[in-house]
Amino acid sequence: MPNTKRSRLVACTIAVALGATALAACGSSDSDSKAESGPVSLTYWTWTPGMDKVVDLWNKGPGKKDQITVTVKKQASGDTLVTKILTAHKAKTAPDLVQAEYQALPTLVSNDALADISKQVGDAKSDFAEGVWQQTTLGTDAVYAVPQDIGPMMFYYRADLFKKYGLKVPTTWDEFAETARALKKKAPDKDLTTFSANDSGLFAGLAQQAGAKWWTTSGDKWKVGINDAATKKVADFWGGLVKEGAIDNQPMYTPSWNKALNTGKQIAWVSAVWAPGTLTTAAPDTKGKWAMAPLPQWSAGENVTGSWGGSSTAVTSDSAHKEAAAKFAAWLNTDGTALQALAKESGIYPAATNAQTSGAFATPPAYFSNQSDFYTKAAEIAKTTAPSAWGPNVNVAYTTFNDAFGAAAKNKSDFTAALDKMQDATVADLKKQGFEVAQ
Amino acid sequence: MSSLAVQKVPATAGTTGTAQDRPPLRRRISLVPTVTLLIGAIYTLLPVAWVVIASTKSGRELFSTFTFLPGSGFADNIKQLNAYRDGVYWKWMGNSALYAGLGALLSTCVSAFSGYALATYRFRGRETIFNVLLAGVLMPPIILAIPQYLLLAKADLSDSYLSVLLPQILSPYGVYLARIYAAAAVPTDVVEAGRMDGASEWRIFTRVALPMMVPGLVTVFLFQFVAVWNNFLLPYIMLSDDEKFPITLGLYTLLEQGANTPALYTLVITGAFLAVLPLIALFLVVQRFWSLDLLSGAVKS
Repeated sequence: MPNTKRSRLVACTIAVALGATALAACGSSDSDSKAESGPVSLTYWTWTPGMDKVVDLWNKGPGKKDQITVTVKKQASGDTLVTKILTAHKAKTAPDLVQAEYQALPTLVSNDALADISKQVGDAKSDFAEGVWQQTTLGTDAVYAVPQDIGPMMFYYRADLFKKYGLKVPTTWDEFAETARALKKKAPDKDLTTFSANDSGLFAGLAQQAGAKWWTTSGDKWKVGINDAATKKVADFWGGLVKEGAIDNQPMYTPSWNKALNTGKQIAWVSAVWAPGTLTTAAPDTKGKWAMAPLPQWSAGENVTGSWGGSSTAVTSDSAHKEAAAKFAAWLNTDGTALQALAKESGIYPAATNAQTSGAFATPPAYFSNQSDFYTKAAEIAKTTAPSAWGPNVNVAYTTFNDAFGAAAKNKSDFTAALDKMQDATVADLKKQGFEVAQ
Repeated sequence: MSSLAVQKVPATAGTTGTAQDRPPLRRRISLVPTVTLLIGAIYTLLPVAWVVIASTKSGRELFSTFTFLPGSGFADNIKQLNAYRDGVYWKWMGNSALYAGLGALLSTCVSAFSGYALATYRFRGRETIFNVLLAGVLMPPIILAIPQYLLLAKADLSDSYLSVLLPQILSPYGVYLARIYAAAAVPTDVVEAGRMDGASEWRIFTRVALPMMVPGLVTVFLFQFVAVWNNFLLPYIMLSDDEKFPITLGLYTLLEQGANTPALYTLVITGAFLAVLPLIALFLVVQRFWSLDLLSGAVKS
């Protein structure tokens, strides 16, 4: 999930400008959708490449029968899209359907931008893992989106170099630290991996694996647990490794990071199921030399992973045809043909459990042709995803993460202090937005 | 020119005794500005050189070969860019040309009219209007993007070509520049003379004042063209249909493709390189209008 500085800047600019005009927002009542009859045309904001081809299948198939035509309007992904949706929602001109990352759903819901589609898509619940589905309900009886893709986290390593240096694939985080130290001893110019302080999604996923719950509700109040014991454990672990120099502290997704992977200066990567795509462009020369394993665990014998990325399809409250839109959202993410096409055209890893082992995932990704059971393993790991807990201002927490952890990683200073900063900024912002916060 | 001549006079007419020390001293003086300018030029041209060279690299070479070593993938990159979503890139290019070309032209017209009016006519509230415009110059257009969106959405104009064109037509800076330029380049004597000869105000403006204002208006046009060409936030908020995107937005969607798809760096870099070419061409073509001396006018003072 490369979150560039630029997109953050844009998001911030829009957010500031939005705040300035919040008072000018025009009030108008929601138009309730009535029973549909006659042809309906819907617009769909998505960043998934190749989505237009998948939607064509709908328009020529089930959509034609139901007279529901969907038009794709391709967008750029990231926090900027959330702000764009909210801006459009202010003018009551949001599209019928939007693609939204799981952590963005509470923000959209708390701004009343999404419609409750539990009546239309409630039956689809059984198609998804419980932890995934729960992200679209936000723990309520409502359903605000249909899961599309997920990003269960895994451990990627250079199988050839691990063999060369006599390293064992770590199954616990303690072993992971030992592996990093062992590598430093054998090859001081190499690093096991890096702790990237510009990828909040990665840290959130690692904390999730450790059992952290950053946002929870008790009654009408939000509770923020960013500096809870589990997250502290994760922060201390990585902060310690950076401090002793056992791993690198350079950010990911930079040309020098690409180079480090491509030349074997970094020999492992904590990532998610979509890593093969990133590695294909970042480290083209090492194709076939990598292998995937489950994420190291906090205590031996455990079997939990976090998630990094993943998105859903939601129906907006501005849509005049919510029922038709929900019908499409359910088809797109549960129908066999649609999911096959999504895998083929867009390269997504589906959230629907039975699609994870279907035809498109029978063979491993080209980059991992040496690991024939890549997707079987991935599907098993996906089942172990820990529940996640997102709140209405993930963007604020993430921005503070980038600033505080960025500085801490660079100076090799205390990560716990950075964590406290993140907690304070998130709580302060929640209060400023008018949410009640429990201490 | 004249200031140079003034400097020369004491140098040659000064005491002959110091004349021998002068040349090395002179050279040292001209060395500093030359070096400064050279550093400035390198600073600004280096990223351009990077884009030019990086656009010749294939995806495999991009991050693995030496930065300033040309690659072998230029033709391939262009081919890929051409093929991306059935050549939508060229559509973006056309959209950018439309937004920037038409927008800058209309904006220059509005600036010329209002600048000339503010400079030549005396009327009640003239200074107030001008001061408000000055305040507008200080206001970053980014702040206005969202209110403009909410306004245009009310008029059902969001996600249309007009939604990007309309807000760019009035440029406070352009009006300001045109007024300053009209005040300096169009002497009141000439306007008065035109009135004496019985020309209508429109005729005076189009036949007498406008030609005098051309160098200034070219500047306004160029400024506005570049501003619209590079504009990101306004079209980002206004447009949702990527067939209407300008090039800045289009390239952004290539970068932010979601987690499971890597950013299309080679396409973005090649696209950015091609997007700079029209700007360079425009500057080269329009440059000759600037060669008109800023002080050339109809009356000698």
